[in-house]
Amino acid sequence: MNPSVDALRATFGGSTAIGRALESCGDTIVYVGREALLDVMAWLRDTPGQTYDYLVDVTAVEYRDRERPLEVMYGLRSLARRADLRVKVELDPQGDLTVDSVVPLWRGADWLEREAFDMFGITFRGHPDLRRILMWETYAEGYPLRKDFPLRGRFSRAEQVRQALAAHPEAHYSLEELSIADAYAELPGDMKERLRRGERGTLPDSE
Amino acid sequence: MSKRTVELELATPGVDASGQPLRVPLGVAEPDLAAEHMLINIGPQHPATHGVLRLVVELDGETVVRVIPHLGYLHSGFEKLGEYRHYNQIIPLTDRTDYLSPMANNVGFALAAEKLMGIAITPRCTVLRVIACEMSRIISHMVWLGTTSIDLGAFTPFLWAFQERERIYNLQEMWTGARLTTSVTRVGGMMADVPDGFVEGLRHFTRTFPKTLSEIDRVLTRNAVWVGRTQGVGVLTAAEATNHSLSGPMLRASGVAYDVRKDKPYLDYETYDFDVVVGEHGDVYDRYLVRLEECSQSNRILEQAIERLPDGPVNIADPRVILPPKSRAMNDMEAMIYHFKQVMEGVKAPVGEAYVGIENPKGELGTYLVSDGTAKPVRWRIRPPSFINLSALPRMAAGHLLSDLIAINASVDIVMGEVDR
Amino acid sequence: MKRVIETKQVAGQSPNYLLAKFQDLIDWAVNSSRANSLWPMPFGTACCAIEFMATAASRYDFARFGMERQAFSPRQADVLICAGRLPFKLAPVIRRIYDQMPQPKWVISMGACASTGGIFDNYAMVQGIDTIVPVDVYVPGCPPRPEGLLYGVLLLHKKIKGESLFDRVPRRDEQPLDDHGLRLPPEQIDEISEPFGNSVHQFRSA
Repeated sequence: MNPSVDALRATFGGSTAIGRALESCGDTIVYVGREALLDVMAWLRDTPGQTYDYLVDVTAVEYRDRERPLEVMYGLRSLARRADLRVKVELDPQGDLTVDSVVPLWRGADWLEREAFDMFGITFRGHPDLRRILMWETYAEGYPLRKDFPLRGRFSRAEQVRQALAAHPEAHYSLEELSIADAYAELPGDMKERLRRGERGTLPDSE
Repeated sequence: MSKRTVELELATPGVDASGQPLRVPLGVAEPDLAAEHMLINIGPQHPATHGVLRLVVELDGETVVRVIPHLGYLHSGFEKLGEYRHYNQIIPLTDRTDYLSPMANNVGFALAAEKLMGIAITPRCTVLRVIACEMSRIISHMVWLGTTSIDLGAFTPFLWAFQERERIYNLQEMWTGARLTTSVTRVGGMMADVPDGFVEGLRHFTRTFPKTLSEIDRVLTRNAVWVGRTQGVGVLTAAEATNHSLSGPMLRASGVAYDVRKDKPYLDYETYDFDVVVGEHGDVYDRYLVRLEECSQSNRILEQAIERLPDGPVNIADPRVILPPKSRAMNDMEAMIYHFKQVMEGVKAPVGEAYVGIENPKGELGTYLVSDGTAKPVRWRIRPPSFINLSALPRMAAGHLLSDLIAINASVDIVMGEVDR
Repeated sequence: MKRVIETKQVAGQSPNYLLAKFQDLIDWAVNSSRANSLWPMPFGTACCAIEFMATAASRYDFARFGMERQAFSPRQADVLICAGRLPFKLAPVIRRIYDQMPQPKWVISMGACASTGGIFDNYAMVQGIDTIVPVDVYVPGCPPRPEGLLYGVLLLHKKIKGESLFDRVPRRDEQPLDDHGLRLPPEQIDEISEPFGNSVHQFRSA
């Protein structure tokens, strides 16, 4: 068992922040409460002695058993100490799938969280640009990696071909791109509304 | 930005009192071409994007202000498909994610499945898998070298590199029957042992490969055009590279000495004598040097692996996990039943989860498997090195010229099958 | 000695013997030039693109079959070689590239995924590019060997040499998308996209 677990319990213990910890096939997994996630992650990254400076992966797992919660998995690694830790947050698969984004801590989480949003429908609060990354932005069938999503999709093949051919191959939907004026006319209504309200994308700037 | 207005007259359908067509004066701002930024679209069908990648580039003249990559044009639903397949049926799927180094993907998945099931493979299988991984590293870097040279204007290294690939392809075909989609591993072993002539062929390859590497080195490394186009371009510091979760040559070229083979060894890599190639400046030139030298190191590992290849069985002895030999399956009832159960029902993994990261040519290829006790995984997650490496592209390319963007994109060494899965 | 004379039942062929012979000569000249200098548009997506590149490299070299210059702009290409799997997100792109190619144009569908969807019978993959663009030659394989692709190219040569300039039926009739936005009727798309082979059984998750 990774000693970080005891250190976590010592620091955050007594609250609902740190749940159970277990070992599977030699890897340590610790469950963290949804509300405490950002604090726990910042502590893990910045505390000397922990220094999990490398984010390995962000993804989600939904089980076939409908009683089990949907887990958002964060793989953390300390390059200097050569230690791995897996942090999980449990969410209700039928409920609200929202969790804080760790992009302020590790920029590598940017696209990984977008993919989790695309495949599972998990909203990451505070993500600079949360939109679909693997499917097209107006994909209407749902979130593919959910267990209630059938393998071949919800629509018939002809309907899928029709929707695919109707998509505009040069669609610019990123808020960053929209701030470049000539894409404005092609936007769907809600994007124009967001722009009007002042939402803009962010440039990748230095920390 | 001052805009002059130009007087235009707009003809509207209608007539005024005298019967003349109505003309409406209209003030239109004259476009200030020197100040506006251009938005251009590169891809998804483009020779220099290394696959179906779409880059939307905002240009100020020739300078890239922003680049926004769009992915998903090769999204094939691998992870969804994996939930409907047995573990051994997923192995052919792993060929097609990173199709430039298929054997390494096979090995990565098999290691994760074996960690999940708690299986220890035989010594011969361990060395054969090292051979498979290093052969994959060489062919992947040769594709990278060839296509990057073409992007930057040098066509000849492409032909030399692909000729070396053909020699490895011959060896792969000798072993597995396929040039590209090898599916060489099985959970608990390999699809087959190496045939006669394979080891001699590989030994011959390791003797002649350094000559091609030195030829490529002589043509490119001190070439003024090559150096001019790659030095100082696309710089990433070590802290940035770590924070962006880069891995593989991208991370090492920025000065972070992290190689999964040394830091989290698998397949007995700690017993091999090789160096980790670390760069200094984190620009495109350093990435080129790192990959070129990695080919030499892979050659070194291959030579050692050939020498130490032990005799013995290549598959483990457990017939519940790996298919029994055909001769026994045809003659012995028990073996036939084991064969039947494995093919029809698949091998059940115990409840749990496992993550194994290997040093793919592109970076750290991770396989995360979650099992609920059945023969099909609940979740098969590929931790894609190219996807994460590509996310640093906007950071690297901002402020460079458009032609540098092509060089930087090439240096990331992406394979869209793995980026999009 | 009996000579078998081939008659081409082509609508535009002249009933006059000499004129017909002249038309054959023109056809032979035009078709040979077209077939022997097919400039490919490599629409390479996945693994088949690597085998395409291997076919272009020095070992197998399709430059000796006339495909010396790979036309990366569709405006200058003769044959669109779709090498690799085609997800739905890429479907409008290939349709647009196909529409941008000037006549005469042909399409080679290289590999199992481009021909039928291959092993990817799921939500993301087009089950064969012939639901989107008309295809002339299908090259099976996963991926096809370079010799396989070359054989497909040679079959296309044979097909081209059997065409005629004077055929009244529009040879490669431009099939624009119909009112539904589809190239084929929806029932036909559903029928050819149905699972077959092992896919029929492999749809249960557990």
